[in-house]
Amino acid sequence: MNPRLRWRKFVSNFMLTMTGLCAIVAVSVLFFILGYLVYYGGTSINWNFFTKLPAPVGETGGGMANAIVGSAKLLALATLFGVPIGFLGAIYLAEFSGSKVAFVVRYAADLLNGAPSIVIGIFAFSIAVHPFKQFSTLAGGFALGIMMIPITLRSTEEFLLAVPRTLREGAMALGASKWKTIATVIVPAAYRGILTAILLAFARVAGETAPLLFTALGNRYWSRGWTEPTASLPVMIYNYGLSPYEDWHRQAWAAGLVLLALILVINIVARAILSRGISVPR
Amino acid sequence: MNAFVRSAVSVNITPPVTTGASRETAAPADMRMTISKVNFWYGAKQTLFDINLGIATSKVTALIGPSGCGKSTLLRTLDRMHETVRHSRLEGEILLDGKNILDQDVTQLRRRVGMVFQRPNPFPKSIFENVAYGLRINGSKVPMGEAVEKSLRHAALWDEVKDHLHKSAYELSGGQQQRLCIARALAVEPEVLLLDEPCSALDPISTAKIEELLVQLKDLCTIVTVTHNMQQAARISDFTAFLLNGQVIEFSPTPQLFTKPTDPRTEAYITGRFG
Amino acid sequence: MSTSSTTLPSADPLVGSRSFLSRLREGDEIVRLITFLFAASVVLITLLLVFELWQGSVLARHKFGFAFFATRVWDPNAGEFGALPFIFGTLVTSIVALLIAVPLGIGAAIFLAELAPARVSDTLEFFIDLLAAVPSVIYGLLGFLFVVPLMRDYIQPRLKDSLGFLPFFKGPAYGIGFLTAGLVLAIMVIPYIISVSREVLLSVPRDQREAALALGSTRWESTWKVVVPFARAGIMGSIFLALARALGETMAVTMVIGNTPAISASLFSPGYSIAAVIANEFSEATGDLYPQALIELGLVLFLLTFILNGLARIMILATSQRGSGMGNA
Repeated sequence: MNPRLRWRKFVSNFMLTMTGLCAIVAVSVLFFILGYLVYYGGTSINWNFFTKLPAPVGETGGGMANAIVGSAKLLALATLFGVPIGFLGAIYLAEFSGSKVAFVVRYAADLLNGAPSIVIGIFAFSIAVHPFKQFSTLAGGFALGIMMIPITLRSTEEFLLAVPRTLREGAMALGASKWKTIATVIVPAAYRGILTAILLAFARVAGETAPLLFTALGNRYWSRGWTEPTASLPVMIYNYGLSPYEDWHRQAWAAGLVLLALILVINIVARAILSRGISVPR
Repeated sequence: MNAFVRSAVSVNITPPVTTGASRETAAPADMRMTISKVNFWYGAKQTLFDINLGIATSKVTALIGPSGCGKSTLLRTLDRMHETVRHSRLEGEILLDGKNILDQDVTQLRRRVGMVFQRPNPFPKSIFENVAYGLRINGSKVPMGEAVEKSLRHAALWDEVKDHLHKSAYELSGGQQQRLCIARALAVEPEVLLLDEPCSALDPISTAKIEELLVQLKDLCTIVTVTHNMQQAARISDFTAFLLNGQVIEFSPTPQLFTKPTDPRTEAYITGRFG
Repeated sequence: MSTSSTTLPSADPLVGSRSFLSRLREGDEIVRLITFLFAASVVLITLLLVFELWQGSVLARHKFGFAFFATRVWDPNAGEFGALPFIFGTLVTSIVALLIAVPLGIGAAIFLAELAPARVSDTLEFFIDLLAAVPSVIYGLLGFLFVVPLMRDYIQPRLKDSLGFLPFFKGPAYGIGFLTAGLVLAIMVIPYIISVSREVLLSVPRDQREAALALGSTRWESTWKVVVPFARAGIMGSIFLALARALGETMAVTMVIGNTPAISASLFSPGYSIAAVIANEFSEATGDLYPQALIELGLVLFLLTFILNGLARIMILATSQRGSGMGNA
């Protein structure tokens, strides 16, 4: 083997190793984050964390019960607002619309998707906070809901379009009207993908902080009803993390662990649902 | 069955050929490559069975047979391209100038045994850079311009592209792109050139040009070509091997295989009864 | 409409079928209308978003004009609003992030697409996708409580010692600042570069790689000199996407950048980004001009990400079209 060839083979093996290292480094960040959260936050996850309100500033103890409930309320609102729009809009795109309208709607959805979350926060403030002179849970749910729309819309459309023609034609040949075909054949056939899309959209907004900063704001106490500001997990993590108190840092780690665990589990479940295949029989 | 093949073409001697001024008579040809006892598996499925063939130096050898008979698989073992596919396994020996290619360094081997693919696949570079690619990676010291011109002339493409060497290869027509791929392969001066159905994606005029080219290239290097077009094999090759279901059914000098095939299956194929 | 008969169906087939058909159509029409309204609301929301950004910044835009982007001073109390420090901070942190993330990300993508066995590639890609799902605030938390002390106590002093002659590494180093923010951003955008580049590389036709190997290339040569150049538009697209993400990143940046509207050559200096200043100051911005200046910043950010995302999409499309358009005469 001549020296040049030896060099070339050396370079080839070297680069194989280097690129492999890059991949390992990237992946190990995930495990590092998880490990760190488990180590620092694991011990602080206790009954108090889930049931107590935040303690007064400077005192130790207390929990994040209001933030957990607040996040739940916000996410419920977001889902109620964003999913129907995304889902029904996708049905229109996949089943009824012409290509021009479809292009415009898809483009708008992509625009929304690409908008930085802080900008969504400004928008939600202008529409849902400013006119009422009040920060509220509703406004926060609205902001998060907007962010759920694009993912739900695009993915649902994709899965609806993937349902084979033969299924549609079979139903229509039996005399089913279009909407019946959609409701009883097409949507059920695509349900795995649609469910996955909703789960992934949910996981995405569960961790969002920026849009809540000027909509739901925050609250050290229970938030009553839907028109008061409310605490949420991400915002608590932000505030506690930046604070000078050790105890609050520990609670921030704990909250981070709970939040990340929730998000990762949803992601894994969503992918598992999808990998079982589209539910169309062969 | 393979005793049959061995008696028709023994490894070291070719039977005399009787027609055509361009064909040699009587003298035993050297074997540039020798394939012996080759078996090939893809995963658990065996696709080549006990292949024994000699590839004669400076001649065109054609591999013919119906789809799925293993001719492309066999071709690809000759430059170890089968190793790019994960579950493939090869047993047996393939000798190039007497040395087993399976023991050698594969990068070096592929410089000596070049390949042209079924669909033209020029790189996203200029015409010049496509041809120069092989030379550059080998750190060749020859003046690039001359070497590129030489290859393009050998591939009968020089006159058509000499004023456009720095244009993208994708601006050429399909036939021209394929000749560019031939030039690219020739640039590293291989001893053997493998062509896998080189004309199947081309129009008849380009096909004719390339067939003409292959006959001329014999003087430069040994040619092995897979083709599903029997007339093409009959036109351009000196030796033809007929494969069926992963086995070499018959291997003879081309005129003999096409006019007096010894195996009934060969006859059935060349008369179009299947395939 | 059919006439009286109660026992026999109408003798006129057209009459019966019309009422059946019109019922059908009405059901479909209603559904069509409803779903149309929902689809239209998506467009409506988007238009409203752009409108609010535009209207909400009208005072500021008219008052400052383009000088907004060149003014250095941001002093709300004195009524001075200059966007330059934020644009500077956003750009610097994004550039630092890309400098780190692009080599790492493309290297990893090359490994996953070209060099690793399919199973390994899919498994690692699964983890990379999970990494992309980690929320910004958690990166921020780790950034503030782990990376900042690490930078302050170990990395920045070493950088100062070895490279302190460069203007980038001068000045006091407290752990926060442009460099740290850039580092945290890099970690956040790597998954995007990896997954998009990997997909783009996987879409390069097999026979390109095979042609390179058949000419006697080593695996690295066939990857680097043929496959990667073939996919270069799509890889650029992934970088644009990553940049768009980095520009809009709020929480992680605001937790580690120092939140000071400073412009400095030193990477150790604290700074500010567009998204961070909006996050910190918007809910307490008083008066008319102050919030509008912040909204104008939001508008700028929106436009920037819009352009980058659009370009990215075009470039990624370009590579996949090239792959499928090959081999024609």
